[in-house]
Amino acid sequence: MTAHPRSLAQPPVTVEVLPPAARFSLRLRAEARPVAETALALPLPDRIGRRSVGATRQAICLGPDEWWIDAPAAEADAIRSALDGLVPHALVEITDREITFQIDGPGALDLLAIGIARDLSRLEVGRGARTVFDGVQAVLVREAEHRFTLSVWRSFAPHVGELLEQGAREIALGL
Amino acid sequence: MLLIHCPYCDDTLPEPEFAYAGEAHIARPADPMALSDEEWKNFLFIRSNPRGTHYERWRHIHGCGRFFNAIRDTVSDKFVMTYRAGEPRPNLDALKEAAE
Ligand SMILES: [Zn+2]
Repeated sequence: MTAHPRSLAQPPVTVEVLPPAARFSLRLRAEARPVAETALALPLPDRIGRRSVGATRQAICLGPDEWWIDAPAAEADAIRSALDGLVPHALVEITDREITFQIDGPGALDLLAIGIARDLSRLEVGRGARTVFDGVQAVLVREAEHRFTLSVWRSFAPHVGELLEQGAREIALGL
Repeated sequence: MLLIHCPYCDDTLPEPEFAYAGEAHIARPADPMALSDEEWKNFLFIRSNPRGTHYERWRHIHGCGRFFNAIRDTVSDKFVMTYRAGEPRPNLDALKEAAE
């Protein structure tokens, strides 16, 4: 195989599908938050878009009473029963609902701009939000300066994945 | 594209994340059986439809999911302000005076 120039070997942005981990949607009222935090051993941020990261679990606040909890698959059973009988709440496992894309590289902001109308340069590292990508509801998290995850419902994933791949190729070619 | 301030997210965000949800501050009658057909029709269908300042509901449907209220000028499409659901209807004259 011939040696590629560095620009081809390392494209400005790459798209990959992350392997599934356990994911839960948690809804509860503000007064139930402290009890839930203790039971889950995880702080639940009280401002929309903020995320808390524990040893193995993380929670992101998506609405005034709504969080997503991500954890390793091995902890799914423990989370499922963590709040039983403690406080009024709704806890639903949504592991299979979304496909999560990881968008990585200096061209990440340019690539996301093909589908998201938000000014993403204003999104701080470690925060996220539910938003819209090319008409598809999505949850976006900024993991690092140039690394994002984008989760969309499973049935929209082929469309979103294809668009991201196409955009990444165009950016790599300088279009 | 319109930019709309969500009072729950406390951020100004693009319109595609939001859905319009009709005129605001219309309370459902507590006892519909006590209403005449005329009164019930007015509750269900009759809206103010002003040319100018309009109190209206929006929902941040592709964001935090919450309904909130907004004051928007129906001629210029300019949002005067947005506020949380359940808060009293802001007095526009008082707002203008405070701004001056
Ligand atoms: Zn919002």
